Amino acid sequence: MNAVISLVAVVVLFLVGLLGGWAGILFGVIIPYLAVALFLGGLIYRVISWANVPVPFRIPTTCGQQQSLPWIEQAKVDNPSTTFGVIVRMALEVLIFRSLLRNTKTVLRESGKIAYAGSLALWLGAMMFHWSLLVILLRHLRFLTEPAPFLITILQEVDGFLLLQVWMPVLYLSSILFLVGLAYLLFRRLASPQLRYISLAIDYFPLFLLLGIGISGLWLRHLSKTDVGSIKELAVGLVTFSPVVNNTINSLFFGHIFLVCVLLAYFPFSKLVHMAGVFLSPTRNMANNNRAVRHVNPWDYPVKTHSYEEYEDEWREKMKGAGVPVDKE
Amino acid sequence: MTKLRSILGEKKEAIVKRWLEDTTASYAPETRAFLNRGKDRFANPVGHALRVGTQAVFENLLEGMEPDRICSHLDDIIRIRAIQDFSPSQAVSFVFLLKKAVRAELGKEAEDPRLLVELTELDADVDRIALLAFDVYTRCREQVCELRVSEVKRSVAAIMERFNRSGPDSASAPDRSETKSKCTNEKRGGDR
Amino acid sequence: MVKPDEVAYYKKDDLLKVDYESLPATEWMDTPVDFRRGSYIYPGKPKNLKILDLPNPREWALTDDDWKLQENWKQIILEGMAERLKKYRSFKLFMDTCVRCGACADKCHFYIGGGDPKNMPVLRAELLRSVYRKDFTTLGKVLGKLAGARELTIDVIKEWFYYFYQCTECRRCSVFCPYGIDTAEITMMGRELLGLLGLYINWSIEPVANCYRFGNHLAIPPHGLVDTLEFMLEDIEEATGIKAGLPLNKKGAEVLFIPPSGDYVAAPGIYTCMGYLLLFHDLGLDYTFSTYASEGGNFGLFTSHEMIKRLNSKIYAEAKRLGVKWILGGECGHMWRVLHQYMDTVSGPADFLEVPKSPFTGTVFENARSTKTVHIMEFFSDLIKHDKLNLDPSRNDHIRVTFHDSCNPARGMGIFEEPRYVLKSVCNNFFEMPLNTIREQTFCCGGGAGLGTDENMEMRLRGGLPRGAAVKYVQEKHGVNQLAAMCAIDRATLTTVCDYWAPGVQATGITELVANAMIFKGENKRTVNLRLEPVPGMEGDEKEGGADDE
Repeated sequence: MNAVISLVAVVVLFLVGLLGGWAGILFGVIIPYLAVALFLGGLIYRVISWANVPVPFRIPTTCGQQQSLPWIEQAKVDNPSTTFGVIVRMALEVLIFRSLLRNTKTVLRESGKIAYAGSLALWLGAMMFHWSLLVILLRHLRFLTEPAPFLITILQEVDGFLLLQVWMPVLYLSSILFLVGLAYLLFRRLASPQLRYISLAIDYFPLFLLLGIGISGLWLRHLSKTDVGSIKELAVGLVTFSPVVNNTINSLFFGHIFLVCVLLAYFPFSKLVHMAGVFLSPTRNMANNNRAVRHVNPWDYPVKTHSYEEYEDEWREKMKGAGVPVDKE
Repeated sequence: MTKLRSILGEKKEAIVKRWLEDTTASYAPETRAFLNRGKDRFANPVGHALRVGTQAVFENLLEGMEPDRICSHLDDIIRIRAIQDFSPSQAVSFVFLLKKAVRAELGKEAEDPRLLVELTELDADVDRIALLAFDVYTRCREQVCELRVSEVKRSVAAIMERFNRSGPDSASAPDRSETKSKCTNEKRGGDR
Repeated sequence: MVKPDEVAYYKKDDLLKVDYESLPATEWMDTPVDFRRGSYIYPGKPKNLKILDLPNPREWALTDDDWKLQENWKQIILEGMAERLKKYRSFKLFMDTCVRCGACADKCHFYIGGGDPKNMPVLRAELLRSVYRKDFTTLGKVLGKLAGARELTIDVIKEWFYYFYQCTECRRCSVFCPYGIDTAEITMMGRELLGLLGLYINWSIEPVANCYRFGNHLAIPPHGLVDTLEFMLEDIEEATGIKAGLPLNKKGAEVLFIPPSGDYVAAPGIYTCMGYLLLFHDLGLDYTFSTYASEGGNFGLFTSHEMIKRLNSKIYAEAKRLGVKWILGGECGHMWRVLHQYMDTVSGPADFLEVPKSPFTGTVFENARSTKTVHIMEFFSDLIKHDKLNLDPSRNDHIRVTFHDSCNPARGMGIFEEPRYVLKSVCNNFFEMPLNTIREQTFCCGGGAGLGTDENMEMRLRGGLPRGAAVKYVQEKHGVNQLAAMCAIDRATLTTVCDYWAPGVQATGITELVANAMIFKGENKRTVNLRLEPVPGMEGDEKEGGADDE
């Protein structure tokens, strides 16, 4: 049910976008500007709102040997005690999703020996999706810049080169991986009863939205006759704040771009901000040097405690009777 | 080996699989998939115990119903169900599901009049297993109660023991090692 | 619907069908909580709440319809959430960033052993998150249920109480979460909020009240502690012939020793405590116990952040009063989460102490240079490395031991190698459990975070199943008969877990094994261990020695 609602929402949004052909200025200029503004403004607002909340305690989750005696080898990344270690830990988390890689399962062989195998489907799906998304975003820079930066051209060449070049225009590897990754992430949400149980409508919505963007993008490139020149003109115009909407742009493009705008606008207000959040996570971004360096709680306040004097006043006679030294005779 | 049993032996895998699936169906749907899927003995001990246990019980049923062995395999399963959110009847009812699994896998063959007598005997065997299951369940529940009691005792072991040693008849110099052995469940001979 | 405890239930023809035809599943938000016996713990008694000046002390029961909350309970909770969202980045971030990827779903021992979907860590957090969305986020206000938002009702409060007291704050799920979301933090917040309404479990709030007044969870008064420890000295003398000393509240001692109070009275913890007394005596360590700071364990951790501070303050205060140089902490799990991750922040700086330095090896414990607090396994492994303990591991040859990493020292500190080094030095037969059940992936005993009582025994046994299964495996494969753990709660609860899931395996502390392997200066012929059980292979010596035992 949650999935159906989300699918319908995305289809409706796409259809709205298709109408954009008739209102080029609105869908090609005003909405993209608004979406980018919402995205940037919203994201900055969210990150600042997190960063403004203090971290009262240093609570890293330690996933390896601590730094202690010199002859005991420390797990410098999984249990970092220095800033450098934390940076490496965060980098591994962000770049290769280290924690998802931990998902192991044991296999008991016939011989009675135990073997360990990774349970890596989720990790693989997530890696495929996120990395190809990044590559696709970078590739799109060629629409925004004139001439396209050298590195982007290289990336594009490599991305296209890796796959059979029989397609014209070249079919990018990243496009395939993007859709396969997304499809898997959607599939497991629907197929696994556990995940279906925990999934909300807002979990399906971004998946359908991204699928819509991906499919319409592929369609634009490979199936429809798209006036790339006009699109690039519009894109460069947008970036240089002198947009020109050419009426040779087909409505499918507007469907595509409208979904992208929805994604951008939706991003900061939804779970998609996890991208920014991971950098601030106190269980991952702090060094486990708790006993070596004092962490200060900025809002620390005095609390009511039971002092030794009160304690001794209550038990003095008994303490003396039992031979325990006391402060006041 | 009788005719029925040899047929069942051939279909063993399918029957056990169906029996297991019917049994896991007594868990919440989202959990059921987890139990059926994970084959990891350590990450998914419930699924493992159910899988291994049902198979072993069925094999023992075919091989002549040795009660001690059946009990030990039933124990693997029931030990778990006895502490999960099941009523006693629910906890042991999975045994009866074997009848259903056997018939479902036999299909048309189940209607063969020559097998009818043997099927009735098999049903009786399943009923006997159910009775054993009841024994095992009761034993597990008793153990849970014992564990509660012994844990409370252990939590104050030192106090109890001191009380025993210097208690009402401390004047008569209690035999220390005797009280000690009571507490540690260790028999020590030759006291000084 | 007819329930199993009614006769009519058994007259239904389709009794068995109920079992295997999956019932129509309602969404989790629409499934009200069902308090099952054996899964919950009794409420906190008013007298304990009064000792601690906590709100709304009263008699109540979970099964009552009316929990006798304050009239403005809803406002209290929402204001409490707002306050905490401003104070804890962890809370705010963990409310926002979860993508419900499900990586944590099958990592919780309670879910693995019991199968209740709300024990999946992600859903445990969603219990709180759903209310957060409704009252604190735009998306939740606009989209409501579609965005996973729901109204805060009494039923939600009851659900929180049931499930936040089915989490042992073990942090295992946090290891697997790609954003490091820590359910322990969420459970701590959930319990703090419940506390604002006077909703506590007695098994954690009574120890807190005791600890506040007596200095330890078990309400042992100073003269009682003297009694208890002297009693251990008698047993030590019986086992070894050694008369160990008992330094208590000794001013000017070099080291203040802080154990968990479970080791004073509960078996098998008492044997570990006897080990401390013996080893410190033999080493000639200038140390002292304290009757006031007689407990390092801190059930405040399972109550509220403020309570952590209220209970922890006594340790530095006592160290200062006695004028010691540094602090040594015994074998305890959650105590070390507090000593390691909270103490310096809540009660420091400990600038009146000195950086810990072992008086026997000269080793300076640089990693503890701010808190001045050393773990006993760090202390022992340094001694053993420098050959300062006269060990004969063959005395433990009848023991085949495995090691259970306790949750808090594992995932809140990372002390993995030190205890293993000590264990391997004192036992010739050491075997590891499977890799995904130890170290940072270790499974909880099922009784941590204030859940280690007996009324929720079924719940604990379910939670203990993953650990039990791993123990049973090494028992079958390697003949393991002892499970060592450096945590007082573990020693109590794993004894029960093993009795049920792997009968024949005993729980033990590491220091106990060290003391049993140790050749003490001036000891009698050793025939029994600290439990006063005869040690196999050492009875023979006894006869030659001419003692009167058989």
